[in-house]
Order: sequence, then structure tokens, then C-alpha cells
Amino acid sequence: MTLDELQIGQIASIVEVSGQDGIAIRLMEMGLTDGEEIQLIGFAPLGDPIEFLVRSYRLSLRKAEAKRVTVLAR
Amino acid sequence: MVEKVPSQHLARTVAVIGNPNTGKSTLFSALTGVHSRIGNYPGVTVEKKLGWFEFEGQSVRLVDLPGTYSLSPRSIDEMVSVDVLLGRQPDVGPIDAVVCITDASNLERNLYVVSQVLDLGLPTVLVLNMWDVAVDRGIQIDPVELARRLEIAVIPCEAHRRRQLDEVRRGIIQACQLPQRTPPDLFPQTFHEEARQLQTAFQQFGNQNLPIYLIERLLLDVGGQLETALTKPNPAELLTRLKAARERLATAGCRVPGIEAKLRYGWIKQLMQGVMTVPDKRPATVTDTLDRWLTHKFWGLLAFCLTMFLVFQSISTVAEPLMKFFEVGQKQVGGWVGSLLAPGPLRSLIVDGVIAGVGGILVFLPQICLLFLFIALLEDCGYMARAAFLMDKLMTKVGLSGKSFVPLMSSFACAIPGIMATRTIENRRDRMVTILIAPLMSCSARAPVYWLMVAAFFPTVSWAGGWVTLHAIMMFVMTFFGAVVAIPIAWLLKKTLFKSETPPFVMELPAYKWPSPGIVLHRVFDRASAFVLRAGTLILATSILIWSASYFPSDHRAEQQVLVQIQQAEDQFSSQLEQKSQLRSRRELLLEDQPVPVQSAAESSAPIEALAAQLAELDAQLAELDTQLQPLHELFETRNQISERLLADSYLGRFGKWIEPVVKPLGWDWRIGVGVLASFPAREVIVATLGTIYSLGGDVDENSQGLQSALKSATWPDGRPVYSIPVAMSIMVFFALCAQCASTLMVIRRETNHWGWALFTFVYMTLLAYIGAWIAFNATGWLMTFSGNS
Ligand SMILES: Nc1nc2c(ncn2[C@@H]2O[C@H](COP(=O)(O)OP(=O)(O)OP(=O)(O)O)[C@@H](O)[C@H]2O)c(=O)[nH]1
Ligand SMILES: [Mg+2]
Repeated sequence: MTLDELQIGQIASIVEVSGQDGIAIRLMEMGLTDGEEIQLIGFAPLGDPIEFLVRSYRLSLRKAEAKRVTVLAR
Repeated sequence: MVEKVPSQHLARTVAVIGNPNTGKSTLFSALTGVHSRIGNYPGVTVEKKLGWFEFEGQSVRLVDLPGTYSLSPRSIDEMVSVDVLLGRQPDVGPIDAVVCITDASNLERNLYVVSQVLDLGLPTVLVLNMWDVAVDRGIQIDPVELARRLEIAVIPCEAHRRRQLDEVRRGIIQACQLPQRTPPDLFPQTFHEEARQLQTAFQQFGNQNLPIYLIERLLLDVGGQLETALTKPNPAELLTRLKAARERLATAGCRVPGIEAKLRYGWIKQLMQGVMTVPDKRPATVTDTLDRWLTHKFWGLLAFCLTMFLVFQSISTVAEPLMKFFEVGQKQVGGWVGSLLAPGPLRSLIVDGVIAGVGGILVFLPQICLLFLFIALLEDCGYMARAAFLMDKLMTKVGLSGKSFVPLMSSFACAIPGIMATRTIENRRDRMVTILIAPLMSCSARAPVYWLMVAAFFPTVSWAGGWVTLHAIMMFVMTFFGAVVAIPIAWLLKKTLFKSETPPFVMELPAYKWPSPGIVLHRVFDRASAFVLRAGTLILATSILIWSASYFPSDHRAEQQVLVQIQQAEDQFSSQLEQKSQLRSRRELLLEDQPVPVQSAAESSAPIEALAAQLAELDAQLAELDTQLQPLHELFETRNQISERLLADSYLGRFGKWIEPVVKPLGWDWRIGVGVLASFPAREVIVATLGTIYSLGGDVDENSQGLQSALKSATWPDGRPVYSIPVAMSIMVFFALCAQCASTLMVIRRETNHWGWALFTFVYMTLLAYIGAWIAFNATGWLMTFSGNS
């Protein structure tokens, strides 16, 4: 599944970030590397973007970017 | 080595780098104190901040670099940091050491850029800032062990409390004495092999001698800035080689770009093993609780609107009395200077030109300070990032992202920092659209215009026990009017000139914190002094220009004679005048103390009758005084007639009459037209110009209390008042939408690197303003007759 499909509060571990473009690089630089745990904290009032907790900081991603991250839910 | 700053021959140069929002600038200011100056790197839009300090007999020059999550440059602007670190930035020179500033409460991600810096091999100091936050969160870090593993100095620090500063200074001085380090080697041998081959290729085909660090970055950053810039001399050959090298690496199990993050984060995990312990269960922080409310579906949006409204309401409640105070002061200074000088051109220049012009604008200093105070507070406490988060979805509707929101938000203070803040937007097209609509946000220079019009022409009505006033509502509406207009404009621009996909939104939401008074006050002071400086230079110059154009070439002798007579008459009637002003203020007090009777008129008729009796008594006394003062009134009348004619005959008057047909459809007379033209350099000049024009052009009597009453008493030749609510609306809408700000246009030119865009902005905004003002004038006029008739 992908990151945007998680429920609020659900924790998953990252499998991979797809693509080789600037967005993919930025996501990986922000710490979204394979094996890392990530938790969905909540959605913005209008449903997008989504707030995540990763490497103990808060990261906000849009659905479109979150879709590029494959995760394994736990 | 060519040193640009002669007094700092012997100084070592040290660069400060780290993630955004980790306290770099705070530490920089704490270390250097007053010894800093801000400039710009040539050719790009990156702020260049240099400072120096001395410690134990050594002097060090510090370079503050923009915050970044990574050293892989994606734009020319991001390239600057890499160039500075590599000593390739000519106006900085070689670097002796690097200070990496990290947020100790979020060390893992902060170490990513540190690991990239370590690869440079420069002597490095690692500062663990925000130590207090880490301790609060129960995070334990062993700096001694970390220093041993990294073989560099590691110093915990609390920059905002100025703790451990001497340790940091000592660390920097000691690092400067150290030789180059051997960087930790994270990458496999094949990677270095490929990099060396590519370096040779660049020597052969591009005739460039590039440091191996840049070549490695080139290999790693697919589609980055280096790929565009470095392969220019011989694109075909070098690009093929680059692609081939990346492919060979991929088959060897070292796939770029993914490999870098994987290796570096892996290295960080290993490094921190046993050095840092994070509590298993992350304790629920204040930020979590706050965020649950502030980003909530309903409460979050409500809180957002409420915050914005509160800002404007409190600016109006706090600033209004302050403004009155300033206005009275301005009037007194004018009167005092006037009494010192004999009537003549010099007195007119100082009183009508300088004091009425520049003073008229300085009156707004309290508002400007408050506005900047609120913006600085919202920025520093971390709410601005939430605002971007809340607004992103809406921004995507017009094709922009939440990232555009923060620059647009700070454009509410001033479009210049707002436009400069668009550098954080990576997507070029988005950045362009944001730049082009930023001047539509209501900046602080518009506030004086709105303020003048609202205070002079809208009744003081309040609801909810005085908590909500019509004035504040009007200010609120005017402030957001430009932003509302910006929506279709942005949409249009995105659909036509800057067609592109909606860009990504990857943003850190920093923890909330108490804003630090030092930083907030510093920002307010910076902006306020810029405002005063502008009043003292640009606006002063325009005021003098406007004054000259409206004073010459007429013959002012007759006017001066009358002025001398007025002065004599005022001396003669001084006791009556005194009495009159006392009576007037008593009358005002009476009216003010009385709450506006809403529906309860029936039950409380007794006090109202008493009030009416008191008022009648006062009015009778006033009328009696006025008959005594008749000669003085006649003199004023003569003076006003003469001045009116003189102004109409002046250069400005002739020019104004000439353009009157153009502005007449907007409900303006020629004075407003001239004022608007003169305010091309800066919007707030309109206030100064109107001040000068009305001060010179008559319509003043002994009661004149500044510009507001002058506007109220201005008339068309046939005696109708010039100003009415429709005219006030038309002026406000014009200023909400126009591009009357030379500095903004200059910044647009600089940021877009093209005059064309500045011109484009000016033309489209002026057209918009004219049409908007026309609609506002006619629509308000229609609404008022409509509601008046029904
Ligand atoms: N709690 C705490 N706050 C700090 C500390 N040092 C700085 N701050 C606060 O952190 C905020 C950000 O500081 P800045 O100096 O603007 O950060 P910066 O790294 O220059 O930010 P950018 O220039 O945007 O990259 C300010 O509100 C500071 O008051 C610290 O040691 N502890
Ligand atoms: Mg900074």
C-alpha cells in the first residue's frame, strides 16, 4: 500500500520511494528511507495535505507525494 | 588571498550552515553582536550575511548561509552555499572552518546535511542547539562520545538564551587552527572511481578543473543544478558520459539518487547508536495538543479567521489613540515652527511641505509597528507553517501550493520581504506567479490610506459592547480585498503564461514555541526603521517636489499679507479662541460618553433630554463666540480663496486640471489625481501629498485638526463636498490594487532578472486598479441611493 492509504494514528514502515526526480530526492533527504517507521498524524481541514511523524519530527506531504511512497502497514 | 575587508586581514573565515529554523541566525547575532552587515550575493537572490567577532586575541569572520536540508543544489540560489563552502565564491574567499548548527531535539534528520558537510574535509564544529528542547523531550545525548566518534568538537548550546557562547567561540577558534580532515568514507570504491573518471573527462572536453566534491554531487544529483550548469560547455559528450557512469553505478548496486540518502541515514543510525537515547514512547507534547485544535477541520479554520481578525481589531483599538496623539503633536510642531518664521516661502516649505507631508505619514508609525509585531509573532511561534498547511488545498485550486502562502502572508506586511521569501518555492513557474500576485496583498503602506479614508468618512459604529467596530471591519475587508482579487489573477496566470503541474508540498511543521522577544522586537525595529527612513528620504523628497510644484510659479504676496493679518487677529482674539477650543472639546466629550442609542431609546429618554439641553447650551455659547470671531473668519475665507486660486494656477494645478478628465469617472477631483500620480514611488506618499496640497490650497480654518478634517471640508467648485463614502471607497480600492511602489517593482526586476516582469506587474495592476475603482465608486453610489430611497 502507499502512504496516503494509512489511517489516522497508523504506523507503517517505508519500503521505497518511487521515481528519480527532484521530488523523490527531496523525500529521501527528509528521511523517508527504506525500513524507517512513519506514522500518519492527521489530515488538513480540507483533506490535503497530510501530516506525518517520521524520525520524530512532523512532516507535511500532499496526497500526490504520499502516493509515491510504498509502505508496509503494521 | 584577496581580502575585501581591509580591517580584517588576519581574520579566519567560518561558514555557518544547518537545517532551516535551527537557530543559525540567532547564534550568528549572539556571536557577532553589532558587527554584522547584510548584503546580497551578486547575480542571485541569496542574502549575504557577514559578521565578525574577536575571542582570545583571534578574530573570526562569520558567514551565515541560508537554511537547507541538503547540500544538493537544485537552483542557482542553492548553489551559493556549496560555492561558499568550497571557497569558490569570490566575494567571500576561502573558508577555514565550518560551524554546523543542528536542532538537538531532531538530531537524526539534522545530521544529514552535516554528513554532507563532513565530506568537504574542512575543520568542523558541531553545535547541538536547542539543547533545552531536547532535555524537555527526554532525549539524552552524549556529546563527548559523539565528538570522539566524529573527531570534531561537539558543543551543546542554547543560542536564544546566549548560553555556552564562549564554548562555541573557543571551538571555532580551535577548529581554525586544525588541518584538513579526512572525511568519513560512506560510498563504495566504484563510486569514487567513476567520479575520478568523470573529473578527467571534464578536463578533456570541458577544459574545466572541478573539485572532486562537485563531481560527486553531479553524479548524485539527477536533474540538479550542477547537471544544467557544468555540462554547458560540451553538453552532448559530457551528458552521455554522465549517464553512462550512472548506469554503470546502478548495475554495480549503487543506484543514484537513492543511494545517497540510504548510505547517509545508515551512517547516522550507526553513529548515534549508544550516543543518543530517545524515550520509547514519545511523550505527548504541547505541539501535539495545539495541533489537534489548530489544524482541526472546523476549529482550525475558525482559529485561523479569528486570529486574522483579532490582529486587525487590536491594531485598530491600540493604534487609534496613539495616532491621535501623534496627530496633535504634528499639529503643534507645525504651529510652533510657523510661529518662529515669518510668512514666506521658507515657512511654507517647512510647514506645508515637510511637516504636513512627512509628518502626515509618520503618524502611522504605531500601526506599522503593531502590524509587523503580529506578523513577527506569528512567524516566530510556528503558526505560519500551520497556515500554509491549512491553506495548501485552497492554494492548489488556483494551481499554487501552500509554500506560496507564507510569502504571500508576509506580503501583508510588505511585498518586498514577501517577494524575497518566494525563494523557498522550488518550482520556477509557481515562484513567478507568486511574485506577480504578491503586490496585490495589502501591505502596510496601504494601511495609512485606508486608515485615513475609513477614519474620516465612515461613522464610528460599534457592536458587541465596543469589541467590534465598523472601522475595524472596514480595515479587515480592505486588507483582504486584494487577496481575493489575487485568486482569479493567479488562476489566470497559471492557465496562460505559467502553465504547469501543481508542484509538490514537502514541508516540516516546526514545534510551537514561545516567540523570543529579542528576535521579534528586532524584526519590528528593522521594519519600523526602514519605514522611518523611507519617510525621511523618499517621501521627504516627494513632499518637497510636490510642494514646489504647487507653490510656484504663482505670486504669493497677497496671500502672505493675509497670513500676517491672520496672525495679528489670532493674537487679538486669543482668549476667545482658547474659550472656543475648550467648549468644543467639552462638546465632543459629551457626545463620546454617550453610548449610541440603539433600540432602547424609549426607556432612556430622560438622560437623552438632559444631554440635548446641555448640547443646546454649549452650541449657543459657541455661536456667540463665532459672532465675536467674525473678522477672523473673514480673513480665513479670503485666505482660502487666494490659496485656492494660487494652487489652481501652480504647475501642479495646471497639470492636475489637465488630467482631471481621466480621474473624474472615479469620482476624484484633480487633487486626488495628482496625489495618486505623485505616489508612484510609494503608496503612502498619497497621504503626504494630500497633506501638502490641502495645507497649501486653503480649506483650513482655526479648527483644522490635521488632514482628516481638511478632507471632510474639501469641495468641488460648485460647493459639493469632494469626498463621500463612494469616493473614499474608490480611492481605497484603487490603492488596494495599484502597483504604486517603486521598490516593489525594483525587487520584482531583481528577482525575475527582467524589467519586463516589473513592467507587466505595473500595467496589469494599474488597469485593475482603475477598473476596480470605477466599479467601487459607481456601485457604492448606487447602493447608497438605493438604501437611502427605500
Ligand atoms: N528553545 C530554543 N529556541 C531557540 C534556540 N536557539 C534559537 N531558538 C529559536 O529558534 C527560532 C529560529 O531561529 P533562527 O535563528 O531564525 O533560525 P535560522 O536557523 O536562522 O532559520 P533560517 O534562517 O530560516 O534557516 C527563533 O525563534 C529562536 O528564538 C535554543 O537554543 N532553544
Ligand atoms: Mg536565518
